[in-house]
Amino acid sequence: MVSPILPLQMRGAVVRRRGKALLGPADLDLSEKGLTIVMGPNGAGKTTLLRALHGLERLSEGQISWQLPFAETLLRQAFVFQTPVMMRRSVRDNLAYPLILRGSDKKQARQTATEWAARVGLSHAIDLPAPQLSGGEKQKLALMRALIRSPDIIFLDEPCANLDGRAIREIEAILIEAQANGTRIVMATHDIGQAKRLASDVVFLMRGQVIESGEASAFFAGPQTPQAAALLKGDIVE
Amino acid sequence: MIRIMTVLFSLMGSMAMADSLKLAVTTSFHNSGLSDILLPAIKADIDLDVQLLVVGTGQALRLGEAGDVDAILVHSRAAEDAFVAGGYGTHRREVMYNDFVFIGPAADPATIADAESAADALARIAMVEAVFVSRGDDSGTHKKELSLWDGAGVSRGGDWYRPVGAGMGAALNTASAMDAYILADRASWLNFGNKAGLDLLFAGDPALFNQYAYIPVNPALHDHVKSDLTQQLEDWLTSPRAADLIDSYTINGETLFTFNATNPS
Amino acid sequence: MTEIWEGLVAGFWLVVTLDADLVEITLRSLQVTLSAVVIASVIALPLGAFLAIRRFRHRRATIALLNALMGLPPVVVGLIVYLLLSRSGPFGVFGLLFTPTAMIIAQVIIITPLIASIAHQAIRDIWAEYHDLLISLSTTKRQRIATLLWDGRRALITASLAGFGRGIGEVGAIMIVGGNIDNATRVLTTAIALETGKGDFALALGLGFILIGLAIAVNFAIHAIGQTESEGKW
Repeated sequence: MVSPILPLQMRGAVVRRRGKALLGPADLDLSEKGLTIVMGPNGAGKTTLLRALHGLERLSEGQISWQLPFAETLLRQAFVFQTPVMMRRSVRDNLAYPLILRGSDKKQARQTATEWAARVGLSHAIDLPAPQLSGGEKQKLALMRALIRSPDIIFLDEPCANLDGRAIREIEAILIEAQANGTRIVMATHDIGQAKRLASDVVFLMRGQVIESGEASAFFAGPQTPQAAALLKGDIVE
Repeated sequence: MIRIMTVLFSLMGSMAMADSLKLAVTTSFHNSGLSDILLPAIKADIDLDVQLLVVGTGQALRLGEAGDVDAILVHSRAAEDAFVAGGYGTHRREVMYNDFVFIGPAADPATIADAESAADALARIAMVEAVFVSRGDDSGTHKKELSLWDGAGVSRGGDWYRPVGAGMGAALNTASAMDAYILADRASWLNFGNKAGLDLLFAGDPALFNQYAYIPVNPALHDHVKSDLTQQLEDWLTSPRAADLIDSYTINGETLFTFNATNPS
Repeated sequence: MTEIWEGLVAGFWLVVTLDADLVEITLRSLQVTLSAVVIASVIALPLGAFLAIRRFRHRRATIALLNALMGLPPVVVGLIVYLLLSRSGPFGVFGLLFTPTAMIIAQVIIITPLIASIAHQAIRDIWAEYHDLLISLSTTKRQRIATLLWDGRRALITASLAGFGRGIGEVGAIMIVGGNIDNATRVLTTAIALETGKGDFALALGLGFILIGLAIAVNFAIHAIGQTESEGKW
């Protein structure tokens, strides 16, 4: 049994860039199981929070503690960016890339990649250059590439922005399956409907501060803050 | 790294230099076309690849001084004597001569066709300030031209005197484009393909005599110089076989060179 | 006008009859420039990648210097290489002056900054695109450089071809360090200069058209690669 990297504790985290605080000071706990949705208006710091948790942003203050040293958690984390990064390779080689990085046999990795592509209906495009895919296909590919190393935790930064309904449904199905397989999910989204469909718990951010957090059902039934209530009602929040 | 490069360079260098020697010659010699007759004969007779560096006399002498060539074949007596006196060459061996000619627009505004001598021809050009193209590249032809001007005792300052700093062919091209007078060696002129409105207007003055001499670079200064090969080449260039080829070389029925090899001076 | 036509005809016949001298000169042109391109690429491509990825103190100055070196006048490069390789120069003992090796050295100096500069720009763009992903996947430095060079290979080939284009048409430097020796160091450009000097414009133009043909072929190749690049193929 591999020792777990979660739960995670973030205490007093501040991210500043050019003197301006993008995040915090903020506290956050991530339990071992679940699907956390990070909500909040544009510029609230959702992306910064996710990037800070993943180690892409350096904390100006505060700390994030995993159950293991950070370096050991890296290979067990994954990140899906809002704009999927398509490597200038075939779909198969994009999927195989994280496995080959880890030292897997190339042939074996490509075989696995082919199977994973089939699971999300990308078989027809397996030999196409990834940058030629449609928006939805790109995001599916990015998601599968993030999941292919079976990470303990995956961060997603608005993966469904700009996608059509069918693509959103496919991506949500993948996420639900991943969660069932034991992957912890932390995802930022604008889409309240999506949050309601997926969330086990919610973090509500404004101006870099965690305004409200807790179990999803309670949050959607009775938000504790006027800002959260306004957001859920569909008002403009600033 | 440096050692690897050393090995690599010497390999590549030796590959390129197998059984050959480098001879710096003047553009006028090369443009005459005689080298196209002599080099294959040398290759056939003594199995030697002569690599010609076609440059002006000035650069030919510099190449010899630096040891970048094994021998030189040039035509500028004073500079050659200085070269040998400076110890850069072992000796000077005269091989053959041709002559310089005055070329100019067929209409001949300076009437140099009627001149009595080379000096007179230059005086006539200076008098009417007809455009005159000079090589201006420190070559043997250029030096010859300067000495002719000095001998004629006329000033060549002014707009009409145009030093172009180029080889014989390029200078002839320039003269052709500007309808100018120019001093050229006969061989280059006869072989020149772009005569346009130019014509040979004056020749025959003994002052226009153009002696070619062969000077091997001194192996005492540069031990890489292939003195055995330069000796072979010298023997060939002064042989009856060379004499026959040189004397019988003609363009449009005109003989260009006269073989006159002498004993080493 | 008739001279250009004669040049075309002369060039046509030289090619059709596979004129022995022409073939030799063309092959030497290719040998010299291709060797120079290979050597320059081995130096310039990793250098370009290094400048794109690594942050160091004089990085900006280095890049500015590289861009300035792109404009090196070939004649000056030729003169300096000449003086270095001359028997009386510091590297005279190798006896390289007036050999194809000397021409390759001069061309390497001329085209390395060009290739490095184009490679740097290409790698920089890909790095900007890949940065977050490669950090997220916790790649090592070696893996990053390998990935960028591989995924940027089309742009890098373009960079090398641009170097080839500059090298094959260059005359100033190789005339000085090669000496335009028949059967040894004569290449297309120096042969053209020579035939022009003889006033034989037809042959000079004929050679020129072959050179232009080579340059156009290379530029078509660059264009074809650029095309597929912009369409998102890899």
